[in-house]
Amino acid sequence: MRYAARRGLVAMLAACCALAGCRDASGRGVVTLRLWGLGREGEVVQELVRDFERENPGIRVRVQQIPWTAAHEKLLTAHVGDATPDVAQIGNTWIAELDALGALAPLDRWVARSPTVNSTRYFRGIWDTNVLGDTLYGIPWYVDTRVLFYRTDLLAKAGYRAMPQRWAEWRDALAAIKRDVGPDRYAIFLPLDEWNQPVIFGIQTGAPLLREGGRYGAFEDSSFRRAFTFYIDLFRDGLAPVLTNQTVANPYQRFAQGFYAMWITGPWNIGEFQRRLPPAVQDLWATAPLPGPAGDSSGISMAGGASLVMFRRTEHPREAWKLIEFLSRPEEQLRLFQLTGDLPARTEAWERASLIDDRYAHAFWVQLHRVRPLPKLPEWELLTSRVIARAELAIYGRASIDDALAGLDRDADALLEKRRWMLQRNAERHAAGR
Amino acid sequence: MDVAAERRAPRGRTVSDLRAAAAPRDLFAAGQARAAWLFVAPALVLLLVFFILPVAAAFLLSFTDFDIYAIGHLENARVVAFENYRHLLGSADFWDALRNTFYFVLAGGPLTVIVALAAALLLNARAVRFKGLFRTVYFAPVVTTLVAVAIVWQYLYHPRFGLIDYVLGAFGVPPIDWLGDPRWAMPAIILLAVWKNFGYDMVIFIAGLQSIPEELYEAAHLDGAGPLQRFWHITVPMLGPTFLFVGVITMIGYFQLFAEPYVMTRPPGGPLNSTLSVVLLMYQEGFRWWHMGYAAAIAFVLFAIILVATLVQIRLQRRAAS
Repeated sequence: MRYAARRGLVAMLAACCALAGCRDASGRGVVTLRLWGLGREGEVVQELVRDFERENPGIRVRVQQIPWTAAHEKLLTAHVGDATPDVAQIGNTWIAELDALGALAPLDRWVARSPTVNSTRYFRGIWDTNVLGDTLYGIPWYVDTRVLFYRTDLLAKAGYRAMPQRWAEWRDALAAIKRDVGPDRYAIFLPLDEWNQPVIFGIQTGAPLLREGGRYGAFEDSSFRRAFTFYIDLFRDGLAPVLTNQTVANPYQRFAQGFYAMWITGPWNIGEFQRRLPPAVQDLWATAPLPGPAGDSSGISMAGGASLVMFRRTEHPREAWKLIEFLSRPEEQLRLFQLTGDLPARTEAWERASLIDDRYAHAFWVQLHRVRPLPKLPEWELLTSRVIARAELAIYGRASIDDALAGLDRDADALLEKRRWMLQRNAERHAAGR
Repeated sequence: MDVAAERRAPRGRTVSDLRAAAAPRDLFAAGQARAAWLFVAPALVLLLVFFILPVAAAFLLSFTDFDIYAIGHLENARVVAFENYRHLLGSADFWDALRNTFYFVLAGGPLTVIVALAAALLLNARAVRFKGLFRTVYFAPVVTTLVAVAIVWQYLYHPRFGLIDYVLGAFGVPPIDWLGDPRWAMPAIILLAVWKNFGYDMVIFIAGLQSIPEELYEAAHLDGAGPLQRFWHITVPMLGPTFLFVGVITMIGYFQLFAEPYVMTRPPGGPLNSTLSVVLLMYQEGFRWWHMGYAAAIAFVLFAIILVATLVQIRLQRRAAS
């Protein structure tokens, strides 16, 4: 019922927009662009586009704000219903999926002529997430990666003045903290419902994750096994609590109580920590780039964030690109950061906001130069849910590490069957001379 | 037409009378039938467009591997015959979901009906005052948004700060991680569902109780029947049709368990698949991973299960009544 009512409301709104759009078009040759913004950014971007409209009297931008949790579904249904916007903000891991639908417009020719958008001004690992094959489909808008947030006092009490950068020493530090805090507290919080941590450890050991061009899983590879064992052992040795984001209830409170001394998480938590931690703890936390199996250069993290994309069905590609270009300007990037706390995708904005030497953001600056994209296939997200499920079995002791990894490869091979069939068919067609 | 005319004919006439009268009546009947069709046409069209066609399409879909690639280019869909169904029967997730759903239906269903009946009996008792107030209070969860309720219950269930573990702790029970422990997650969901849903069944039971004639109780009383005897020999049999309705409706609703685990557990259906229901699995396959063909197959398997279970229940209750 509720759902139906909401559907109805959406349909009505869509109808209103369509009507309003018609009037504009027939009016004075004003082009109306539809922009989908997600979550908080969707709210904030309305402020940014006002300046854009002032600069471009011939263009009006209609912003639709979509909650993150519904965005993925909405984009796909919009594609099926032929109702995609002109421009949208999307999570950069969705690009492969939207490309599989043929929903996105390639941006290479626009970038080639653009005075504003220049790939050298972006973090390389992040820019790469937007490239599929040789084609560019998105322009990074803000960036996201994972680093360590930790309690400086608890680390110091365990005898460490700085965060170790090599796995072996980092583990020693975790064990020392655990000895120090006793049986009811832990050294690190690794939420069971996040796939990011085991996968990041895998990227760090150089695990390919998939093999033969994304046709099969490669989780039984010795490099991933090493990472996975490292991850599972943190639980088995009692260094990490067996908790999810939800069962921990209020992770900030628990961090403040010293329930765990470290937490691998993302940039939005800089603001959250400052807001939510009690004053007594405010001087006792810091951020650090992730340690790696072989020292800091192997301390790689994942390249996340959101990108701006243009849809293939847009009737106003020139205006749509203008909007993307506008939102990619260093000054607009800076404003987005000031309004949301999202880390800018452009390095100039980091310089202007003096973020590089910021107490908390500096770790992200370092980390963002050491990020790598995740496999770019539509099936990746489903695969990550299998990573969670198989890791959960190993953590609860229901499966050995070998069994969990073999199971993960079986899952991956089954999931990628369709992809193998399509690649095979395309290769055959190609061979047949088309 | 003849047969129809005969059926409509008033009683007491002979067949030959009817034959004679049939000719002019036929025209009238035909006109009437046309008018009737015209009146039901809008409903039929809506039913066809929004129900029958989608169901038929979904049925056909369940024999293909329609997925995100096929949404992009239809040529990427393959007809796979019974492959989805075969895959389903070999999928550990599906068996987990089926086991959990049956657990939920078999434990939660009777519990809901019993609680509802008990509440209805209490509210129907003469001695109880403020009946309207209690009825409203007990019914309130039914009309409350589950998402809002879920937040409160998440706190109630919290192993460290939750009221439930606090109360149990007073009796020396060690804290239970209700939503985080695979053994307790489903009981926690059942408890929430019973609390959320019994009000609806209760209202129907109250209506059923009020339709039992008072004389029956008076007569039984005069014959020396005690309260328990009166309950077993009057209330229960007289509530037979109500039991059937409540039982079937509750069972069908519970087979479609979805929202409770979807909002209460992270990841939805966790921990360790212990609250994954069939509908939740179908939703995730269909709308999260876009395996539409596979999700359609799940839907039809669930439909078959509900159909069979309903028939069985009706048969059992009829037998118990006779």
